[in-house]
Amino acid sequence: MNTPPLSEDAVQQVTRQVLQRHAGQAGSLLPVLHDIQHAVGFIPASAVSIVATALQLSRADVHGVISFYPHFRQAPAAPVVLEVCRAEACQAMGGDHLAAHAQQQLGCGFHATSPDGKVTLEPVYCLGLCAQSPAVMINGQPHARVTPDRLDQLLAQGA
Amino acid sequence: MTDAITVFVPRDSAALAVGANDVARAIEREAAARGLALAIVRNGSRGLLWLETLVEVQTPAGRVAYGPVQAGDVPGLFDADWLRGGDHPLCQGLTEAIPYLKNQQRLTFARVGIIDPLSLADYQAHGGFAGLKKALAMQPAAIVDEVTESGLRGRGGAAFPTGIKWKTVLTTPADQKYIACNADEGDSGTFSDRMLMEGDPYTLIEGMAIAGMAVGATCGYIYVRSEYPYAIATLNSAIQKARQGGWLGDDIQGSGRAFDLEVRCGAGAYICGEETSMLESLEGKRGVVRAKPPLPAIKGLFGKPTVINNVISLATVPTILAKGAAYYRDYGMGRSKGTLPFQLAGNLKQGGLVERAFGLTLRELLYDYGGGSASGRPLRAVQVGGPLGAYLPESQWDVPLDYESYVGISAMVGHGGLVAFDDSVDMAKMAQYAMEFCAVESCGKCTPCRIGAVRGTEVIGKIREGQQREQQVHLLRDLCDTMLGGSLCALGGMTPYPVLSALNHFPEDFGLAAPHQPAATAA
Repeated sequence: MNTPPLSEDAVQQVTRQVLQRHAGQAGSLLPVLHDIQHAVGFIPASAVSIVATALQLSRADVHGVISFYPHFRQAPAAPVVLEVCRAEACQAMGGDHLAAHAQQQLGCGFHATSPDGKVTLEPVYCLGLCAQSPAVMINGQPHARVTPDRLDQLLAQGA
Repeated sequence: MTDAITVFVPRDSAALAVGANDVARAIEREAAARGLALAIVRNGSRGLLWLETLVEVQTPAGRVAYGPVQAGDVPGLFDADWLRGGDHPLCQGLTEAIPYLKNQQRLTFARVGIIDPLSLADYQAHGGFAGLKKALAMQPAAIVDEVTESGLRGRGGAAFPTGIKWKTVLTTPADQKYIACNADEGDSGTFSDRMLMEGDPYTLIEGMAIAGMAVGATCGYIYVRSEYPYAIATLNSAIQKARQGGWLGDDIQGSGRAFDLEVRCGAGAYICGEETSMLESLEGKRGVVRAKPPLPAIKGLFGKPTVINNVISLATVPTILAKGAAYYRDYGMGRSKGTLPFQLAGNLKQGGLVERAFGLTLRELLYDYGGGSASGRPLRAVQVGGPLGAYLPESQWDVPLDYESYVGISAMVGHGGLVAFDDSVDMAKMAQYAMEFCAVESCGKCTPCRIGAVRGTEVIGKIREGQQREQQVHLLRDLCDTMLGGSLCALGGMTPYPVLSALNHFPEDFGLAAPHQPAATAA
């Protein structure tokens, strides 16, 4: 996620490599999009038309898939992506309080990036850590039994 | 010390999320500094999640447990001679003797937490592949019969008999058939799929291969949610090793029979846990629900006959084949045969995984295993079966946990997850959340779900604010009726369960008089 922005040429190159890797795979659109996002940090508009042509889809089809799934981004995220679980098991252990604390500390709401551009805050509906709630994920790393203080520590470490 | 002592430090996400990697590094560092030889095995989790990171030391008497261990505790543990099972405030004694674990019936989870999840040798030493070996020598119909005889029903929540589903696929002629494993475990309060995939992935692989032999499918997909990166990585490694070991591929163990697997990663859409939506997603499309019929067993993935089963259903099949249908069927009660890995979550002192035969009660799970609330306040409501399951008040905690008894109280056992709340919970807020969740996650195909959930959120908001309360409650019941009867899938069709159960059992939270109707009319 901490990828420097790629040039237009590089995006095209990455996209073609990904498509080549998945050539012949049935129903490959999601794996292709995952790989592009993994390499670029998001799915640039310029990649969409290349993917559409290669998979014999319309750009609208590809856009429809990207916009359906919350995981796919159409714009870069901050270097740190903080996902706070909003589901029931976390609510039962103070998840709402933790979510409010995160918004206050970062100065932004969910689906947004802090004004200093360092952290993108996203909701997530269950990380499967429901016996050790509340839970968060920071750049793909799960953390359980997270108190507001612990969250501040984790963010301070730039975890 | 000449022989290296084996120390187990879980690699399960639940352990990683509380610092297991730091603990493992601290143990290595400390052992090196003291000149001690030890071998660290990164096992799955035992499921005693309040004790994570639960470190085990292999001693002549058995594995001794220490937990919850943090990296800072490690020097003290060495000082206490823990490599010989020495006493320490964190010592829990022999792992197998811990009552929480001892009083379980682990069939599906028999190996989880015990073996190295990626060691084929370990897997086989603990009975792995016995089921597949048997299946390779059987006729497809005989495999299906064995599964039908066992009484196994879909563990994803719908509880449809697995053998009957398989038989439909077996008897539908096609040039290609598929096995699709639904590992999109999105329900809050559930983590058994994740624990199994991270702790014993070969069991799932074996179960899917058996399913392939049973119905004549050569290709399988495991659809795992993107929120489970470690499960995905573990499965991918396991599949690669299984191929190298000849347990997947064109010629499984020289039998001439083929089966191979691919892991597919979801992308954050809860609805893709609905089977037809998952098929759309596997085909590379938006996860929009399909109308049924046609059944996926007849026209499923890429239009071909497809077995769709949950992780736990498929991972239970190897045991059934290895030990026989009767062995499995002897557990359980009524038409709910076998065991279910219950997941204890939310506000409980001792959250974790409890595999038991059907028929025990919620109260046993909450208190005998869960130890009561984590907060120390009285427990008030328990949601069973995920975000689409009912909230049960204490008056219903003695109903035996089996599929039919729960249907009888307008609830569902579902995937066996339960989320406990103490008396600080506002049930009107939880009901509103259920509608909000449905609105966020709706695929948009049918109106009762797409629009109904939005209107439901608004109506509950008005009730909570005391605006025309009586009329709004009437509207809410009417809306729930429409959603129950008019939605295409369980998301819209079952969101009324948590909403109505909250309203019926906890009317005081909605500003209404205490309940006058019997609890059994919940939904």
